[in-house]
Amino acid sequence: MLFFYIWVMLTINGQSVDAAGKTVAEYLAEAGYNTVRIAVERNEEIVPKAKYAETVLTDGDVVEVVNFVGGG
Amino acid sequence: MNAEMPSRDEMYAALEKRQGSEAVKKLQAATVAVCGLGGLGSNIAISLARAGVGKLILIDFDSVDVTNLHRQQYKACQVGRPKPEALLSNLKEIAPYTEYETHFEKVAAENAEALLAKADVICEAFDNAEAKAMLVNTVLENMPQKYLVAASGMAGYDSGNSITTRKVTKRFYVCGDGKSDVADGIGLVAPRVMLCAAHQALTVIRLILGLE
Repeated sequence: MLFFYIWVMLTINGQSVDAAGKTVAEYLAEAGYNTVRIAVERNEEIVPKAKYAETVLTDGDVVEVVNFVGGG
Repeated sequence: MNAEMPSRDEMYAALEKRQGSEAVKKLQAATVAVCGLGGLGSNIAISLARAGVGKLILIDFDSVDVTNLHRQQYKACQVGRPKPEALLSNLKEIAPYTEYETHFEKVAAENAEALLAKADVICEAFDNAEAKAMLVNTVLENMPQKYLVAASGMAGYDSGNSITTRKVTKRFYVCGDGKSDVADGIGLVAPRVMLCAAHQALTVIRLILGLE
C-alpha cells in the first residue's frame, strides 16, 4: 500500500511560500512591498486594503501580489 | 463634415469585411472606459475606435504637454489643450461614427463608480504607480462585475518580447513587463509604450469577443 504525504504550502506569485499563519500585512512588510503600489488577490478574490492586517494566510491559498511601477 | 468622409454604412461594411460580421456586432455593442489618456490610453483608444468598439469613455485630468508628443497620440498644435478634448478631435477624424464620452477630471476612489458605471471593460492607463494601484483596488473591490485590463512596466529600451499579458484572476489582466519603472530614470519610448497599449487593447477586444 502506498501512502502519499502532501506538504501543503501556500503559493504567492507562483512560488511556494511558507507564510501560513501570517497576515497579509505581515507578509507584505517582510517581502518589502510598498502597499500603496499593489493589489493583492487571494483565491481569485481581491483582498481589500483595509483588511490586510486581519486577513490570515492559510495553507493552500493561492495569492497574487500585483506590483505597479510607473510609466504609461 | 468633410464631403470625402466615408458614410457610416461604408465604414461598417469595411469593418465587417476585415474583422467578420459577428465580431463587429459584438464590438459595436460594447462600452470601454479608458482611464488616463497618455502613452497607453491614447493608443488604446485609437486601436479600439479603429476596431469598431461602439462606445468609448475617455478620462484624463491633464492637458497636452510638449513632453507628451514623443509617445502620445497628439499633435504639436494641440499642446495646452485638455487631453480628452484633443483626443476626441483626433478620434473623430479616424473613427467618426464611434460614440464618445469625455471627462476632464481625475479618477479617484470617490468618483470611479459613477464615471465607470456604463463600461463593460475598464482600461487602467495611468502613468503614476500609486494611481494605478488605487484604480485597480477600487474597481476590484467595488465593481467586481467589471473586466479590468491594467498595465505595469513598459519603460526603457528592453526587448518588446518582455511585454506580456497576464491573466491575474477571472476578470483582471495586467500587461507589461511588470518591472521597468520610469522612476529608475530609464525613460519611455513610443514603440514600447505602444506595444503595451496594444496588449491592453487586444485583451479588451478578446474579452468583448468572448475569447478569454
